[in-house]
Amino acid sequence: MLILECPYCGVKAEETELSPGYEAHLKRFGPGSTDEEFESYMFARKNPKGVHFERWRHVYGCGKWFLAARCTATLEVFGTYPAQTSEPPADLVAKIKAKRPDWKGYK
Amino acid sequence: MKRYSVFAIAREALRYHTGWERAWRSPEPKKEYDAIIVGAGGHGLATAYYLGKNFGITNVAIIEKGWLGGGNTGRNTTIIRSNYLQDPSAAIYEKARSLYETLSQDLNYNVMFSPRGLLMLAQTHHEVRGYLRTVHANALQGVATEWIEPARVKELVPIINIDGPRYPVLGALYQARGGTARHDAVAWGYARACSAMGMDIIQQCEVKGVRSEGGVVKGVETSKGYIGCKKLGIVVAGHSGQVADMAGFRLPVEAVALQALVSEPIKPCMDVVVMANTVHGYMSQSDKGEMVIGGGTDGFNNFTQRGSFHHIEETLRALVETFPMISRLKMLRQWGGIVDMTGDRSPIISKTPLGNCFMNCGWGTGGFKAIPGSGWAMAELMAKGEPGPLAADFSMWRFKEGQFIDESVAAGVAH
Repeated sequence: MLILECPYCGVKAEETELSPGYEAHLKRFGPGSTDEEFESYMFARKNPKGVHFERWRHVYGCGKWFLAARCTATLEVFGTYPAQTSEPPADLVAKIKAKRPDWKGYK
Repeated sequence: MKRYSVFAIAREALRYHTGWERAWRSPEPKKEYDAIIVGAGGHGLATAYYLGKNFGITNVAIIEKGWLGGGNTGRNTTIIRSNYLQDPSAAIYEKARSLYETLSQDLNYNVMFSPRGLLMLAQTHHEVRGYLRTVHANALQGVATEWIEPARVKELVPIINIDGPRYPVLGALYQARGGTARHDAVAWGYARACSAMGMDIIQQCEVKGVRSEGGVVKGVETSKGYIGCKKLGIVVAGHSGQVADMAGFRLPVEAVALQALVSEPIKPCMDVVVMANTVHGYMSQSDKGEMVIGGGTDGFNNFTQRGSFHHIEETLRALVETFPMISRLKMLRQWGGIVDMTGDRSPIISKTPLGNCFMNCGWGTGGFKAIPGSGWAMAELMAKGEPGPLAADFSMWRFKEGQFIDESVAAGVAH
C-alpha cells in the first residue's frame, strides 16, 4: 500500500485517496516549438527503474496537486513537496543521494 | 527433436516413459551470432521462430534474464481476439489470431487454442455506438465480428446479470473465433521449435550493456560475458526503456503494473470470454475450472510486479455486479506483471537510431494475443532491415509525426 504525505494539509494519505499524475517537472512546449520539443513534452518520459519524481493529487482530501519522489523498483517514498517549483528541493535530493549513492541525479 | 504424436505416447507407454527428451537445449553462448534477440518471452521466441521458418536465419541466440516465459507471457489472462478499430491493429492482431488457429500443428506442441468466442459487453449507449462502429470497421478489415442483442448475450452467458441496476447489458461485440490459449505452452512450443532449428536459448543471462560503433551494434555485454551479433532485436516488454537506454536511445513508453487473479476451481459455468470495459473487468474460465480475472492497470510507474490492492477490489466489485454468482468465490492467487505503455496504446515494431538494432515493445496490456503476429512482423523487419506491411505503421517515430494508431480512444480503456 502506497502512503504519501500531502505537503499542503499534512495528511498521510493512502493511495485510494490520491490520484496519480505521472512524471513531474516536465518542460511544456506549445506553438512555435520544434517537432522534437513537442514530442518530448508529449511522449518522451524518463520511465526510470529507480528514483522517480512524479505528480500526485490529493483528490479526496484538500484537492491540491503535489510532487513526490519515489522508487519505482521498491515503492520506497523519499518525500513529497509542493508543486510550485521547477525542480526538486535540494534537501530531498541530498537525502536521496545518501540513500542511493548510484543514483545519477534527477536530470 | 522427436515429434510428439499418438505413436510417441504409445511407444513411451510401453517403456515406462524413459524416452522423452528435454524440450529445448540449454547451451553456453557462442562468441557470435547472426542475430541476438533479447527476451525469451512469447514475442522474442516467436520472432526467433519466424526468423528461422520464414527467412532461414537459424544462427540465432535468444537471451533471457530470468527463465523463458517467466515475464508477462506467464502472467496474462490468455485472451485472444482481434476486434480492433484501427486498420493497422486489426491487421496484426488478426494475423496473430489466424496463426493461433494452427499453431499447435505448426509447432507440434499443443498450445490448447480454444476459440470459444469472446464478448465485449456494451453497458452504455456510448459503448453501443462505439462497438457498432467497430463491427462495421471489422467487416471492412475482414475480421469476423458481429453485434449481438442482450437476449443472445444471456443465451451465450447464462450466469450474466443483463438487467443490472447501474449498467444493464445493452448488447455485445461478439467475436466467435476469439478465445484463449495455454500461455505457458505458447512460450514452450516456440522454444522447443527454435531449439530444434539449432537456435540457442540462453536463460539466466542478463544483458548489462549494448556495444556499438559508429551507429551499428556489435554485440551485447551479458552476465555470461560478451556476445557478438550482426543484428539485435530487443523484445523485453516492461524493461524496454532500460535496454533502450543501454543502446543509447529513449522510447516513448512507461512501465506500470497490471494485475490478474484466479478463483478457486468450480464446475464449468461459462464457456466464453466476457469483457466488460465500462466497469472494467474481464473473466473467462480455465480448463481447470478457475475463473481467470483481469482488470485495469495501476496508475503509476512501477517495476515491482505487484500492484495495488484496491484495483483488485474495483475489478471484483464490477464483476460481482455483472456475474452475481461469483460473489461467494474465494480468490486463490493474484499476481502482477510490468507492462510497457505507449502514448496511443499501440505497440512499437520499429527500426531504431542504431542501424542493425530493432525494437519490439509497447504491447501494453494486450501482448499475449499478438504473439504470433508480432513475431512474424518482427522477424520480417529483422531479416530485411525494413518493416513489412504488418509492421510499417508501428514505427517509434509515429509520435513525432502525429500518426497515432489510437486504440485508447477507440476502446475507451487501455488494452
